[in-house]
Amino acid sequence: MIVSSRGSLDKEKKAMRDVFIERIYERMLTDKNVFFLTADFGSPVLDKLRDDFKDRFINVGIAEQNLVNIAAGLATEGFCVYAYAIAPFLTMRAFEQIRNNLSLLSRAHKLNVNLIGVGAGLSYDLSGPSHHSVEDICIMRALPYIDVISPSDWVLAEKIFDYTAENKRPKYLRFDGKPLPAIYDCNSLIDFRKGFVELAEGDSVCLVSTGYMTHTALKVIEELKKEGLKAGLIDLYFLKPFSKLSLSQKLSKYKYLITIEEGFINKGGLDSLISTLIESEELDIKLKRIGFDDMYVFDVGSREYLHGKYGLDYGHIVNLVKDIKII
Amino acid sequence: MMNDIGLLRMIKEKAGWIRTETLNIHKNAPETRLASSLSAVEIFAVLYYGGILSYNAKDIRWDKRDRFIISKGHGSISLYPVLADLGFFQKEEIQKVCKQGSFLGGIPDASIPGYETINGSLGHGVGVACGISLALQKRNKQESVFVLMGDGELYEGSVWEAFMFAGEHKLENLNVIVDSNKASMLGYCRDIIDFDPLGKKLNSFRWKVFNVDGHDIAKLFDTLTKMKKTRKGNPKILIADTVKGKGVPRLENDPLSHIKSLTPEEVDSIIERFFG
Repeated sequence: MIVSSRGSLDKEKKAMRDVFIERIYERMLTDKNVFFLTADFGSPVLDKLRDDFKDRFINVGIAEQNLVNIAAGLATEGFCVYAYAIAPFLTMRAFEQIRNNLSLLSRAHKLNVNLIGVGAGLSYDLSGPSHHSVEDICIMRALPYIDVISPSDWVLAEKIFDYTAENKRPKYLRFDGKPLPAIYDCNSLIDFRKGFVELAEGDSVCLVSTGYMTHTALKVIEELKKEGLKAGLIDLYFLKPFSKLSLSQKLSKYKYLITIEEGFINKGGLDSLISTLIESEELDIKLKRIGFDDMYVFDVGSREYLHGKYGLDYGHIVNLVKDIKII
Repeated sequence: MMNDIGLLRMIKEKAGWIRTETLNIHKNAPETRLASSLSAVEIFAVLYYGGILSYNAKDIRWDKRDRFIISKGHGSISLYPVLADLGFFQKEEIQKVCKQGSFLGGIPDASIPGYETINGSLGHGVGVACGISLALQKRNKQESVFVLMGDGELYEGSVWEAFMFAGEHKLENLNVIVDSNKASMLGYCRDIIDFDPLGKKLNSFRWKVFNVDGHDIAKLFDTLTKMKKTRKGNPKILIADTVKGKGVPRLENDPLSHIKSLTPEEVDSIIERFFG
């Protein structure tokens, strides 16, 4: 269940959405209860689904509010719905639809609506701040009764599919926009009740990351290893719900935590989740937060360049860990 | 079996009773939106007592019910007495509207028997109803979907996203009723952004448009009956010409009636004068 070694076959880069849509396609072959809605957003893999399920694939147009409302209506009648759009537009243009017609309405209906937001963090680096999704963890965590799922690779995205199809509650899936290599082994067993995986054990410092930043965190771990330093790494892929008990047990042995997210810090994201946990479980741990602090990124450049400029690159995090070690 | 005249007379009596009950609720709970609730009284009366809607008060999620989405939640306090009268919940609950511990709030929510969705924020009902209509069509079910919305809601962009969707997807089981009382919170709609000609706009969005005097029981009954039966590949919309605050002269001619509350003494005197 804990995976530290990566199978060479899984190193191939894949987009989370492609793998996930493949699974939706397979499910739709046998389960007539599944609908796929998109707000005019595509993927090469989606073409097959569009052609083969004309009756249960609907492009609602560039209309995220209606995307969520149609999904909610279908779900009140028992359909399992996948609603697919670009992450910032889905979560922010349609935030009140999500709040009222999924979160609040969950009190009266079991709603299996799976919101798939593509373009987590700076996935759409060159498209600029309108397309960056740096708020979604904060704002989606704010809504009760909705799961917030942030897989770090396509293997995890694929494994989460069955959970999304079977659990009749609204969920927000935060997918990266770019093809990424696998972190997990396809044959590994993941315990979704815990919501996280310990990818490395350390001595006094532990990194806690989500989504794309788990790839960066793995580089940090490897780099530190070269210098004989051992840092821990937790990949928190379920920002809601997760096992507070299991996570606090894992974290309690560390003196320092560094949260790493490609999103806002100090506003309710991963860092806030961890700081709340430290406080509520009365853990004696110091916390550093990596992310964007009350700022948008207006620079034109690649994700790598932007991360370097704003301190989200692995070199910067390696130095941060070393500084802590010196203390 | 009641003949039409008997039925219409009964609905008319019920409408008078609903109006009195709504005023009494407002007397107990001045926070409730009275003027908006009074414009929809005849619509509720005809839908429920005229046999337009299929429902089962003892099995609120009965599969064969028509789905009735109240999009103008604040303006549906007048539905509370109807639902209590039909057995959706106990009649005593009506005394407790807005009181601590009651499940009947100033704006209804989906946990109240008889309500399907959350409706406090405007402009959500038609879109969710489109999803429900689509679901029923996909399952080849014959039940209808009704929506009650206010004309002020037409300012919400999400409504037009839904209008486009319903026309394109030929949601012929969808019936929207616009309680066109011509005023939103800060005045008359014609002075804010004029919708006119609303019927033509909707027609161009591929909706079958009906018009009716929303306080004329006989015409409402005929139109809603016809509208429900009509299934010719178009969603349907009824523009019900109503008066905000209907039955209360002080509210009827006040562009700011939305936010006006009556004193208990005013309520008593209106009930005595007009409905006693």
